[in-house]
Amino acid sequence: MRANPEARPIAGGSDLLGWIKEDVQGTGEPRWNLLVDIRTIPGSDEIRFDEADGLTLGPLATLDAIEHSPEVQDRYPVLSRAAGAAASPNIRHVGTIGGNINQRPRCWYLRNTEFDCYKKGGNFCFAVTGKNEYHAILNGELCYIVHPSDAAPALMALHADATIRTADGEQTMPFDEYFIGPRQDVLRENVLQQGDLLTRIHMPTPSPNAGMSFIKAQRRGETYDFAVVNVATVIVHEGDQIEDASIVLSGVAPTPFRAVAAEDALRGQTVSDGLLQQAAGAALLRARPMTENAYKVGISKNLIVRSVREAMA
Amino acid sequence: MAPSSASRAGSASPLLDDDDGAATVVTTDGSDTPVGEGDAVTGVIGVPDNVPLPEAVVTLNVNGRDYRVNVTANMSLLEALRQRLGLTGSKLGCDRSECSACTVIVDGVAMNSCSLLAIREQGKQIVTIEGLERDGVLSPVQEGFVQHMGLQCGFCTPGQIMQATALLQQNPAPDEAQVRRAMSGNLCKCSAYPNILSAIRYASEHWNA
Repeated sequence: MRANPEARPIAGGSDLLGWIKEDVQGTGEPRWNLLVDIRTIPGSDEIRFDEADGLTLGPLATLDAIEHSPEVQDRYPVLSRAAGAAASPNIRHVGTIGGNINQRPRCWYLRNTEFDCYKKGGNFCFAVTGKNEYHAILNGELCYIVHPSDAAPALMALHADATIRTADGEQTMPFDEYFIGPRQDVLRENVLQQGDLLTRIHMPTPSPNAGMSFIKAQRRGETYDFAVVNVATVIVHEGDQIEDASIVLSGVAPTPFRAVAAEDALRGQTVSDGLLQQAAGAALLRARPMTENAYKVGISKNLIVRSVREAMA
Repeated sequence: MAPSSASRAGSASPLLDDDDGAATVVTTDGSDTPVGEGDAVTGVIGVPDNVPLPEAVVTLNVNGRDYRVNVTANMSLLEALRQRLGLTGSKLGCDRSECSACTVIVDGVAMNSCSLLAIREQGKQIVTIEGLERDGVLSPVQEGFVQHMGLQCGFCTPGQIMQATALLQQNPAPDEAQVRRAMSGNLCKCSAYPNILSAIRYASEHWNA
C-alpha cells in the first residue's frame, strides 16, 4: 500500500464503499483501484481488559462488539455508549472502531463531486459562503468540516493512545495528537499517511472514583444520525469535589475538541450550577460561529453542563 | 472504480423481473438457464465494456444452498443477489447503508447487503427474504406484517422483515424499546412505523407457534 497510491485498506467498508460510490476523489487524492482486506490480520479485532494494564482494542473490533463487551460496559461506560450511539445497528455490526474514528467527514460540499473544495485539493471552502448549518464553530480555518465520529471523543476523554505503523516502524501517541486540523494538512483528518495503519488502541484503567457520561445531540431523534454536537465526559470526584475532568466534544470542530478551559475551571473545585455555567462558557469562549450554526454554541454549553452532572450522579 | 449503479446499464445488462421474487436468472449470453449448484454465470453484468474489472468465481451460500457465481471485484452482495441469482426481494434503496431496504442476515446478524462486497462473503450463511417462507407457510414476521398491514408501498418491507427476524432470533421477546432500537436503521418513507411495531409484536407472540 505504501508504494501504491491507488491502494487503500478496507475493514468493515461502511465508509470506504460509500466514498467510492460517491466518486468524490479530487485532485488531492488518486482514485483507488486496489483494496487490501485487513480483516484477515489475526487478533486485529481483539477487546482485552486487564485490571493493571487497562483496555486494549484492535482497530477492527466492531462498534457492536465494543458496545456490548461486559468489561467496556462496566469500566468504560462512556465508550460503550459512544459506540452504541454511532450510526445504525447494521453499520455497527460491520463498522469498526478504527473505521469510525478514521472515517471521512460528512460535509455536503466535500461529498459532492461538483465542489472542488480545499479537502479535495481545490482552493475554496464552499461552506463559508454557502450552507453551513452543520459546520464548525471552533478551530475552523481553510476548511470548516466537523469531525463526524462518536467514538473519538470517548477515546480522548479516556486518555487513550493510538499505536500506528508507518514506514519508520511503530509509534504510539495520545489521541490528542492523532487528529490533525486543516492548517496542518487539509487533505486528511489524522496523522495517517498513505500506507500507514492504526494498529492498536489502548487506554488506562479508570480511577474507581471516575464517573462518565456520553451525550449526543442529533437532528433526528429515534433513527440514527450524525451528531450535531456530542460530548464525552469523565469526572474523577469525591462527592461534590471534582479531582479531575476530561471533556471532549465532537461535531463542533475539524478534530474532536478537548474543552481544556472547562477542564481547568472544574479541576479541584466543588460542583455548583454557577461553576458549571462558568466552565461551559469558558470552553466556548473562542467559538466563531458561521452564518447558520450559532445554535451549536448553546447546545455545546448545555451538553457540557448536563454531561458533568450526569457523570457525577 | 465503476460509477454508481444507476449509470451502469451496459448493453450486456439482462432484464430481471424486479418484484415477484421468482428466482429467474438471465445470463449475459442470452440463455435463461437458472443458476444452480455448480453453475457459474459468465460475463460482467452492468459494467461498461471499456472498464476492465477483475472477476472471480465465488461460492455464496444463500438460503441454505451453495451458488457458484461470477462476481466483479466491486460487486456488492446486493448486486450479486439481485443481478446474479435473481433474488430481487432484497431492495436497492440508497446504496449507502442509510435506509436498510437491502437488509439480509449473514451468519445470524442483520447486515446491509448494499455495503458488503460479495467477494468477501464467501463461507457465510446468507439468508434473504426469499428464504423465510417454508412450504408455503409464511414466517411469523411475514405473517405479522400481513395481519397488521405493516407496510404501505412495500419497498422497505423485505428489509424491515429481515431486521425484525434477526432481532427475534436473538431475542424472541424484546420490549418495545429494544424493538425500536433494533429497527432504528430501517427507514420507511410511508411512515408505517406503528403498524411495523404491531407486526413485530405479533411475530414475537407467535414466535414459537
